Amino acid sequence: MFIRSTTALAAFFLLSAAPLSQAADKPTDPQIAHIAYTAGVLDVEAAKQALQKSKNKEVVDFAKDMVRDHEAVNKQALDLVKKLKVTPEDNPTSKALTKAAAEERAKLAKLKGAAFDKAYVASEVAYHKQVNGALETLLIPSAGNAELKSLLETGLKIFQGHEQHAEHVAGMLK
Amino acid sequence: MVSRRHLWVALALTIGAAPAKAETIEVTIDKVVFSPAKIEAKVGDTIKWVNKDVFAHTATVNGGWEVMIPPKQAASLMVKKAESVDYFCRFHPNMKGHVTVTSP
Repeated sequence: MFIRSTTALAAFFLLSAAPLSQAADKPTDPQIAHIAYTAGVLDVEAAKQALQKSKNKEVVDFAKDMVRDHEAVNKQALDLVKKLKVTPEDNPTSKALTKAAAEERAKLAKLKGAAFDKAYVASEVAYHKQVNGALETLLIPSAGNAELKSLLETGLKIFQGHEQHAEHVAGMLK
Repeated sequence: MVSRRHLWVALALTIGAAPAKAETIEVTIDKVVFSPAKIEAKVGDTIKWVNKDVFAHTATVNGGWEVMIPPKQAASLMVKKAESVDYFCRFHPNMKGHVTVTSP
């Protein structure tokens, strides 16, 4: 009787508590894939705005690097979700990222020349910091699939490189 | 006549000595890491970076040489002077390596 009720209790927790708490704080793999992909697309859009507006060689080169790397990461992400038969799922984090990026683009659109360059590069430093923080503390630890986790880990190293690269460019613009 | 003889001597030395000893040292780039991170080479050796990533990388020495390494390709550099230098990837400065080049 005691054993049975313990088992029942354990089963209850497994069925009800765990999935609920997971849904509340931990993103699922389809959501993680969506967040990572969205973060990449948004940085490519930011870079394309910089390519249209900037005449500074360092800034233009940096923006080209962002387009090239983020498109390469996202191609790998698309190949992986296809292979895993996972459909990326939109979620509040992706929506919040998209909204914030649209606001940033609107803000940057009003700037010109050196003021634009500085603001774009500063925003790139902040953006990569934010995304890298999310990857390290939430997305990588939450990823269930080993291949997805590995791709996110490689992505993190690439984006940490971008953060340092952006900091370097910011230093040159001073 | 003399200069011609010198030329032959120089040629013989070049063919006989340097190329026979020159080696190729391979560095693999995989998942945004140079491996091995530290290498040793002699003047005249070639360093070959094999990039397994889908990302372009560079091997760059501040104020010195730079090698572009396209995605899924290899690129080489023949080291010409004795030096001990840190290098990094200009696109991803968190990627670091070190080369010690000694006289043959």
